Amino acid sequence: MAVITAPDKTPTTSTPRRTRRGVPTLLLNLIALVVGVAAWALVASAQLADVPGPLSVSSRALDLIEDGTLAQDALASLRRVFLGFALGTLLAVPVGFLMGWYPLARGLLEPYVQFFRTIPPLAIIPLAIVLMGIGETPKVFVIFLAAFLSCVVAAFQGVVGVDSTLINAARVLGAPDRVIFLKVVIPAATPFLLVGMRIGLGSAWATVVAAELIAADKGLGYEMTHAQTYYDIPTIFVGLITIGVIGLVMDRLLLLAERRLTGWQERR
Amino acid sequence: MSTELDSTDPVPGRADAKISFRDVVRTFPMKGGEFTALDRVSLDVGEREFVTVVGPSGCGKSTLLNLAAGLVEPTSGEVLVDGRRVAGPGPERGVIFQQYALFPWLTVRGNVEFGLKLTSLAADERRRRAEQAIDLVGLSDFADALPKTLSGGMKQRCAIARAYAVDPEVLLMDEPFGALDALTRVQLQDQLLDTWSRRKRTVVFITHDVDEAVYLARRVVVMAARPGRIHRIIDVDLPYPRTEELRLSPEFARIRNEVWHSVYHQTPAGSAA
Repeated sequence: MAVITAPDKTPTTSTPRRTRRGVPTLLLNLIALVVGVAAWALVASAQLADVPGPLSVSSRALDLIEDGTLAQDALASLRRVFLGFALGTLLAVPVGFLMGWYPLARGLLEPYVQFFRTIPPLAIIPLAIVLMGIGETPKVFVIFLAAFLSCVVAAFQGVVGVDSTLINAARVLGAPDRVIFLKVVIPAATPFLLVGMRIGLGSAWATVVAAELIAADKGLGYEMTHAQTYYDIPTIFVGLITIGVIGLVMDRLLLLAERRLTGWQERR
Repeated sequence: MSTELDSTDPVPGRADAKISFRDVVRTFPMKGGEFTALDRVSLDVGEREFVTVVGPSGCGKSTLLNLAAGLVEPTSGEVLVDGRRVAGPGPERGVIFQQYALFPWLTVRGNVEFGLKLTSLAADERRRRAEQAIDLVGLSDFADALPKTLSGGMKQRCAIARAYAVDPEVLLMDEPFGALDALTRVQLQDQLLDTWSRRKRTVVFITHDVDEAVYLARRVVVMAARPGRIHRIIDVDLPYPRTEELRLSPEFARIRNEVWHSVYHQTPAGSAA
């Protein structure tokens, strides 16, 4: 369980963050975790609802880890996310940059991007299943859409927001448009892009689980719907916690990459 | 001491002029009409001359500089450098911006090498030239530092090194020390003059600081606003190198007063000519 708090340390500082009175943040995080689990145990033992306690959930988690179901489901979900996310980002970067750089591309593409952004990717699922069947394709497609839409807007905003004095500084040094784009616009837009990728990954992860709830034969979302029909509440808890932990780890990894790639920024 | 500018002068600029503005008009569209940033401005800047431009805000001093840089085109009239009409920016005209405009993801060395990488220089020659320029502004100890770790004064020195590295014939400086504190500003003025004396270039330096204008220049161009135009050109008959002693001398004070007076007590547009 300590996994949840560990990545919370700021990677840029070697000493743990401290609050004003000198208690390390990490310790506070641990205390919060212990208190939270204790409260959960208390609620479970009060028998107010049919909530399983931390003990029965962790023993179920151990069972699912031992028989390999949890790993298999997590991998199935992760595979879909990474495929959809990679495709979405790969397309979003050039499209977003194109929209930011050429007013023509912006005028042609922006209405579509803005329109589709208002439709939750999940709402596309019924259509995707009808058109693409119940295999991997509709799920990956929906995730692709979720990742693409968050990322394309970020890339576009990143290019539009590049400080014009930086572009002028490159122009007066004799840089042609190609060099300005590659050496000024892309690096300057990278922080925006990485924020977009984080949001995109978050929405991709949220979407995959929901997509699996609707139609799948494996995956974390599928396991939970399956458990629902058998009134297997501990398994549902294990699924939820796994989703949360994986989502958090992915977010922190991207945050780490973001800090490494954009450490040159002046943070206010 | 001062030359009243005849903006209708039909004679082409002086033969040795590095930069010539000939009847330059520049208007910008704005709500409900046009804004005349520059109205029939003519000015010659000599080879290796250091000229400063002062004037109230809105007098078009930055526009004047951007025209020479090729970042803005004249509405009418022409801007010549070496007798050739300016068409877009080019590495022979270095520009230094008030906001430093350093590439924050590149180190000091990376910034200085940016312009050099656009030339056909070999890598080792490029490195040597960058080293030289960094040394020229005294940033050798910070060659591998990112801009975010530098003070404002050091950032501007880095920007000056970046401009110097490509060895431009003309340096166009747009209020380069405007964002710095008074002490740093005085230091950078001396450093700039020192750099300039070692590698003489034609410099057009925009400022709103009368002291700075007089201290640096051989000629101070005083501009007037609405519409932006040249009000007076005041010669600074003080020898280089300029020193602190000179800055505190009565001659300096006299010229400073003259410039001050012509900046702050301008006669209205109609009666100037």
